[in-house]
Amino acid sequence: MSLCPSLERWGTIIGPRPFPGVLMRDRITEALQNHGADYVEVRYEERTTTRVSYRGRKLEDASLSSDSGGCVRALVDGGWGFASFNDFEALEESVARAADDARMSAGEALSLPEREPFEASAVSMPARNVNDVSLDEKVSLLSEFNDIIMSSPRIQSSSINYGDSGRMVRFAASDGTYIEQKVPDLSLRLTAIARDGEEVQQAGVSLGSVGDFGAVQSLHDQAQDVARRAAALLDAPNVKGGEYTVVLDPILAGVFVHEAFGHLSEADLVYQNPQMRELMWLGRKFGSQNLNIVDDATLPWLRGSYAYDDEGTPGQRTYLIREGELVGRLHSLETAARMDEEISGNARAISYRHSPIVRMSNTFIEPGGVSLQDMLADIKEGVYVKDWYGGQTSMEMFTFSGGEAYMIRDGQIAEMLRPVVLTGNVFTTLERIDAIGDDLDMNQGGGCGKGGQSPLPVSNGSPHIRISRCIVGGK
Amino acid sequence: MERLLDLALQQASSAEVFEASSESAVVHFEANKLKQLENRQSTTVALRIVRDGRIGFAAASGAHEPDKLVDMAVETSSYGAEALFDFPGSSVLMGPKTYDSRIVELETDALIEMGTDVIERVTSAYADVQCEGLVSISAGMVRILNSSGLDVSSRKTSIGAMMEGVRISGTDMLFVGDSVSSGELLPDVRLIADTMLAQLARAAELAHIETGTYPVLFTPHGVDVALLLPLAVAYNGKNVLEKSSRLAGRQGEQVFTPALSLWDDATLEGRPTTSPFDAEGIASRRVPLIEAGVVGEFLFDLQTGAEAGMATTGSGRRADARSQVRPGMSAFVVGEGDTSFGQMLSSIEEGLVVEELIGAGQGNLLSGDFGGNVLLGYKVERGKIVGRVKDTMISGNIIDALSRNVVIGNDTRWVGGNLRTPSLLCDGISVSSKGGDE
Repeated sequence: MSLCPSLERWGTIIGPRPFPGVLMRDRITEALQNHGADYVEVRYEERTTTRVSYRGRKLEDASLSSDSGGCVRALVDGGWGFASFNDFEALEESVARAADDARMSAGEALSLPEREPFEASAVSMPARNVNDVSLDEKVSLLSEFNDIIMSSPRIQSSSINYGDSGRMVRFAASDGTYIEQKVPDLSLRLTAIARDGEEVQQAGVSLGSVGDFGAVQSLHDQAQDVARRAAALLDAPNVKGGEYTVVLDPILAGVFVHEAFGHLSEADLVYQNPQMRELMWLGRKFGSQNLNIVDDATLPWLRGSYAYDDEGTPGQRTYLIREGELVGRLHSLETAARMDEEISGNARAISYRHSPIVRMSNTFIEPGGVSLQDMLADIKEGVYVKDWYGGQTSMEMFTFSGGEAYMIRDGQIAEMLRPVVLTGNVFTTLERIDAIGDDLDMNQGGGCGKGGQSPLPVSNGSPHIRISRCIVGGK
Repeated sequence: MERLLDLALQQASSAEVFEASSESAVVHFEANKLKQLENRQSTTVALRIVRDGRIGFAAASGAHEPDKLVDMAVETSSYGAEALFDFPGSSVLMGPKTYDSRIVELETDALIEMGTDVIERVTSAYADVQCEGLVSISAGMVRILNSSGLDVSSRKTSIGAMMEGVRISGTDMLFVGDSVSSGELLPDVRLIADTMLAQLARAAELAHIETGTYPVLFTPHGVDVALLLPLAVAYNGKNVLEKSSRLAGRQGEQVFTPALSLWDDATLEGRPTTSPFDAEGIASRRVPLIEAGVVGEFLFDLQTGAEAGMATTGSGRRADARSQVRPGMSAFVVGEGDTSFGQMLSSIEEGLVVEELIGAGQGNLLSGDFGGNVLLGYKVERGKIVGRVKDTMISGNIIDALSRNVVIGNDTRWVGGNLRTPSLLCDGISVSSKGGDE
């Protein structure tokens, strides 16, 4: 997959609105008058979701659902009020309520960055839109993957979770800005569960796309591989815990950059804390000259891409680390105003039930020039970790767990290990990245959770990287 | 709802309508100050049908047309699982009280006061701690109607508060925090401040533990973050049915230490997880999971139970109102022991106290693995806490760890809303830490 920005398939149409709903728009515009707040925004969302899951030999769940509702957010002297509703008739009452609540939480005055009001609509049109694919075809495809997993040796069970959605969001702000966006989404996780007596092991793969069904149509080989890996884990030993030189594949290195640095770049974790602001000054050295970390919502066809965030700010490309130095961070309108920095378009909400908060989009380490072979060459004993289970951060410390791991012995990838959990400390681990590969790839599976909002579609990626010392949990 | 049921029965042999509505208010605090007030209203209806012997499911939040919802359920029934159960018939369900009108009547000012009180108690002792958290109340109603004549409904209230504090010194970040929740007035929010102050005091110094195997004392918070999820996975009827749980086929066996008892209980008075019936209208009951170390029952809903040849345990849950019913936990309760926290601590020559982890639950949960980076934990030397550890991981397996000698505390409390547990002292837990040359 190439990451060179090319916008041909991410169609942003500015001009005539392709959606019906003029009456709804009039009513929202009307409701945004006479509230007495400094700023008010309304989002109204309609979403349809399809879910299919398999467990073992059986289809477990095929379901269709719809979800429509809206929310109002109001600002008065730095205090926010938020009201969400399912019934569109509650719109006006919710505007009044959010404005009252904002007055009640008012504190230190806040002027949001000025913007010229604009109107826009953005529609993403995937090559094969999942919303046009029949349930029959989805079920048939998943059944093929499930059969491959279940017919593999030593497999006890499987778990296949598929979900897709079509989401249409109207956004209107009291400054006159009005945006309509239509975004499909697709996610799939295939898990194979192997058992031998008391031992239970699992292996999986997570994928996703911006609603392009084509992205999951040819995973038959991957399903086979997942089953093979789960079975192989039954015979694999656990790693002995301790510090190792580790090499991460692009998928896990993507999770690493998301956890190790992405979250710390989110300005809402920084802007009100004087000590954090001291720690995270622009220009601070975090890594070597070769380390560049970017968050980019404008990359075509990645799950973290969007034309406008949930405050109506255009998505953009933001360098977080350039040549090892902290050079930027991710902002909402509020955090940019409070820190007097440029807006970045990173205020996102998972649905109308939540306020937008500062989130990543597509976050990655830019490629360097070291081949995997050279990276491994001078490692006497280390751990090579591929794929991912998950990760978590507390800002300073973070963990990330790999789905597949091998010992590295004398420069060669050696025996397979049970999955490992790794941990690092942002103030030391980034400095210890001593080799960056040339093979950037993006991970589109899973989702990000923060502040009770999960899962948010994001993607993250990296080339292979080597960390000279990293703690690996073991038994 | 009756109309939707009638419409569904024109195309299905049996059907169930589930409706949930709720209103909630949340007060958010950030940087020791009030930040945002939120109000949420939501209504969802879910339709499950059996048509030609197969299950169909559709759900809608917000505006929807009943005919269309029926069509959606019919469409999914062409692929759905074969229905192995009949919807339960009418019954009179007597459960504990789940509604307290005093919660609904609480003014926003009172909620703000609760949060502010916690922040003031913490910051008056530690001025450099920044607190972030929330106080929330909610009131909801659930009604289930089915073609076997069942018509049950229940109103419910809950209140909760959580606060997290961060103290930064140089590049060191210390996180402390606690939460309380209740189905009735009023949880004592002072407990949150007391916990945070005790954590801050214990974490005052930094300490180092070498990589090795040690006794680990899990506080109730530590039990919640490390052990709850792998236990919930091991007892889930789905995993038992698929034999992907290591406990599958071991009912009645002495797998765990005889000191340990555990049950799932949706009938406890005054708890937010309590309900007179589950998501399928089956009466709630207390389900024994571990009795003196012996594996008890597993958690089943109607369909999973039928597949496994077992009765439902009244454990049908919905991840959210638009999701299909699956078996799941309500609130796990660990039987109390008689050893005090102080006695447990003094029995440790060298080891750890674990309060909070990050990355827990990201290993192989099916095999019972637990572990993570110790976000808040203390080194114990010769029976005393000597300071907070950092850059340290623990890892273990619940079935191994809880089958060895475990000392059960007498300091039972609720943590995280769905676990009531004392502290547990486990032997032989693997600890990995960074080398000491920095």
